[in-house]
Amino acid sequence: MTIIYMLLAISISVAILFFIIFIISVKKGQYDDVYTPSVRMLFDDELIDESTTEISKEFKDN
Amino acid sequence: MEKPLCYHCGDSCDTDIVEFDDKSFCCHGCKTVFEILQSNDLTYYYKLATNPGNSPRFQEGKFNFLNNEEIVDKLLDFKDDNYCIVNFIIPSIHCSSCIWVLENLSKMHPGILSTVLNFPSKTLTINFKPKEISLKQIAELITSIGYEPSVSLQDESKELKKSNKDIIYKLGIAGFAFGNIMFLSFPEYFEVNEFWLDQFKPVFRWIMLVFSLPVVFYAGWDYFKSAFKGLKSGILNIDVPIAIGILVLFLRSSVDIIFDFGSGFFDSLSGLVFFLLVGKFFQQKTYAYLSFERDYKSYFPIGVTKLESTPNTPIKELQIELRQVKADDVLLIRNGELLPVDAEIIKGQGLIDYSFVTGESLPVVKQIGDKVFAGGKQQSGAIEVKVLKALDQSHLTQLWENQILKKSKPQFQNFTDSISQRFTIIILSIAIVSFVAWLLIDASQSLNVLTAVLIVACPCAIALSAPFTLGNLLRIYGRHGFYLKDGTIIERLAKVNHIVFDKTGTLTSNENNIIEYKGIELTESEKDLLSSSLRASNHPLSRLLYKELSKHQILTLDEFHESVGSGIRAQNNEQVIKIGAPNFVFPGKNDKNDNKSLNTEVHISTNEVYKGCFYIKNKYREGLKLLVSELHKPNYQMSLISGDNESEKDFLSTVFPPETNLKFNQKPDDKLHFVESLQNSNSEVLMLGDGLNDSGALAQSNVGIVLSENINTFSPAADAILDSKSFQQIPNLLKLSKKGINVIKLSLIFSLFYNLIGLGFAVSGHLAPVVAAILMPLSSISIVVFTTLATQWHSRKILGKFKKS
Repeated sequence: MTIIYMLLAISISVAILFFIIFIISVKKGQYDDVYTPSVRMLFDDELIDESTTEISKEFKDN
Repeated sequence: MEKPLCYHCGDSCDTDIVEFDDKSFCCHGCKTVFEILQSNDLTYYYKLATNPGNSPRFQEGKFNFLNNEEIVDKLLDFKDDNYCIVNFIIPSIHCSSCIWVLENLSKMHPGILSTVLNFPSKTLTINFKPKEISLKQIAELITSIGYEPSVSLQDESKELKKSNKDIIYKLGIAGFAFGNIMFLSFPEYFEVNEFWLDQFKPVFRWIMLVFSLPVVFYAGWDYFKSAFKGLKSGILNIDVPIAIGILVLFLRSSVDIIFDFGSGFFDSLSGLVFFLLVGKFFQQKTYAYLSFERDYKSYFPIGVTKLESTPNTPIKELQIELRQVKADDVLLIRNGELLPVDAEIIKGQGLIDYSFVTGESLPVVKQIGDKVFAGGKQQSGAIEVKVLKALDQSHLTQLWENQILKKSKPQFQNFTDSISQRFTIIILSIAIVSFVAWLLIDASQSLNVLTAVLIVACPCAIALSAPFTLGNLLRIYGRHGFYLKDGTIIERLAKVNHIVFDKTGTLTSNENNIIEYKGIELTESEKDLLSSSLRASNHPLSRLLYKELSKHQILTLDEFHESVGSGIRAQNNEQVIKIGAPNFVFPGKNDKNDNKSLNTEVHISTNEVYKGCFYIKNKYREGLKLLVSELHKPNYQMSLISGDNESEKDFLSTVFPPETNLKFNQKPDDKLHFVESLQNSNSEVLMLGDGLNDSGALAQSNVGIVLSENINTFSPAADAILDSKSFQQIPNLLKLSKKGINVIKLSLIFSLFYNLIGLGFAVSGHLAPVVAAILMPLSSISIVVFTTLATQWHSRKILGKFKKS
């Protein structure tokens, strides 16, 4: 039954991993605006210039 | 025939209809925006919502201060040679079309790389190439399509916002620990005597202990800090029993686990902190985006135009930062610009609108040599002024600083704190008594009982009931156009017994006026001439009259002369018209009846024959009478203080009950002192005002509410902002605040009930972890559910179902 130790370790590290991801996403500002993206995704795709969205993405990552 | 709605902004096209591309527009501004969008293939804008636009109000030179490098540097978030980022606050953002068009700005100018909009906070982040487009051009571009950014002195200091992420981290940690600890405690809850589970119990428990560490020392740390601060200043606030609870829970559980006495209460501990933080988060979340912290600075422009003249060189226009303005500088104030400092006019004629400072709705005329004060808005043409005093010493700053000193509201102990004070004392005594009692009965159990009492008595339900009730009410109020600074205002609102109204802008609406004409009926040709002359004038009264008068043929004037402060003289085909002040229109006429004119009047004469006069009165808000009678019924006392003259006294005394105190010709200071005197006679005063001239009184009153036609441009010193559309709801809003307090009281009784049950277990020494684990979340959750449902029910009953406008 020592496998329980391993299971515990795995489950807790998975939990902690998700928690760290959460903290990082807060830090990056994912929760700063929870409204606009929901509207943005409804806009017609072809009308938005591909290149501009890419640049803004690039900027966010830096 | 029904008037068509403007294709762009949705206003009804009542004065001019501009037809373009089979669509009608209310003004050329709207048409221009349409053209701009059309030429950039952005007409999809109009498909997302009907009439989504804003009518643009573009002023030449408004963003000239963005030519100044220093100012620009302060506004930019990021800057290098090829790449800049700026954040603009754009108050007029309102719908999904706005999001779309603003995020497609890059199509309108190749220098703009991309734009990202944050709708809730109305900020637009623009990435651009400074070599191709300047910040000023960007500001002008977005202004030209109806989205004028608000750039003010305040934007310089950007530290503010960052801090509220803290609570999200804390909430995350507490929630994470809470969930995990609950799972790890499952074997404990069911007390299964299974060999393997027993085997692993210590591991589970130690993991729980580790999980609880960040909860106590990070997520819950604020409670310790606040409790410590409270104790230091001799106040037993609600955080004291909470901190005791957390501390005792933690110590007791740690001791249990370290010495293998039992499983401890880590689930309750983390749950408690989690729920408390949820309450706090809820409180912060509501209306965080309405920044009440705006001060006078946010009204001032960030830069001004300085005229520099050295001998032998032509006058140079320089853009300088406002704070660099020194005495004796010469500034250029354009039409529509705010005077940032006290100054003296040296060139041009001033028509200064002081409504922002004094509440007086009509502009005053100033000649060369006259002093003008900070806060006034120039309304006709450009003037040059010589600065008398630098920014910090100006009249307006003084007015404001004055209030900062007085800002300490009458001491108010909020309801929760006053309850918790008694509560803490009671709990501590119960804990000590039962501790002593158990010492006598069974000394080994006594410590157990002491900690158990302190644990179960931890008033998380009490701590939750107020934030949830008030937070929910804040939300409900917000949906009805009433925005409060924080929850404690509701408690104060419930205590109010005297309501003080300001008149201009509060009881009257700034936008609607009643215009009456008395005198000899004008002929058609005279009417044509009148409206044509008014059309050519820029004076606010002319524009007002022109808008109100029915449409007439537009004549080409042979002669047009406007003398500022007096009136207009216009001529067409031998017909002369004079419009304006009585002694301008008909010199000598004023002496005949020298009763001082109390109304705003515009006199008319044609061909030197006096015709008559237009009386312009502010229109009172709809439902004023009903409002007053509804406030009178539950016995609110009322007063009216107005900066205006007594012209409306007769009318107002029919509206208000006879005992109402009606005061006219009140200066801002008088208003403040009046409120103070009411408070000295034990009244809880609600002040309902508008502009800065009321702000002293607003700050002094127990609750200061600002009535605003546009909730984004409100006044400082207010506790709350009321959308003028919800004016008639005031009695209901007050009623709801009282109900809200009742809900809190009821929920306190609820939580007391839980505490009593828990105490029963604890005092008798039977508080098993599983009992605590059930009781604590149950009490918290049921309180939250109860307060939410109760406030919802009350608000629905009182305010009616919320209709989405």
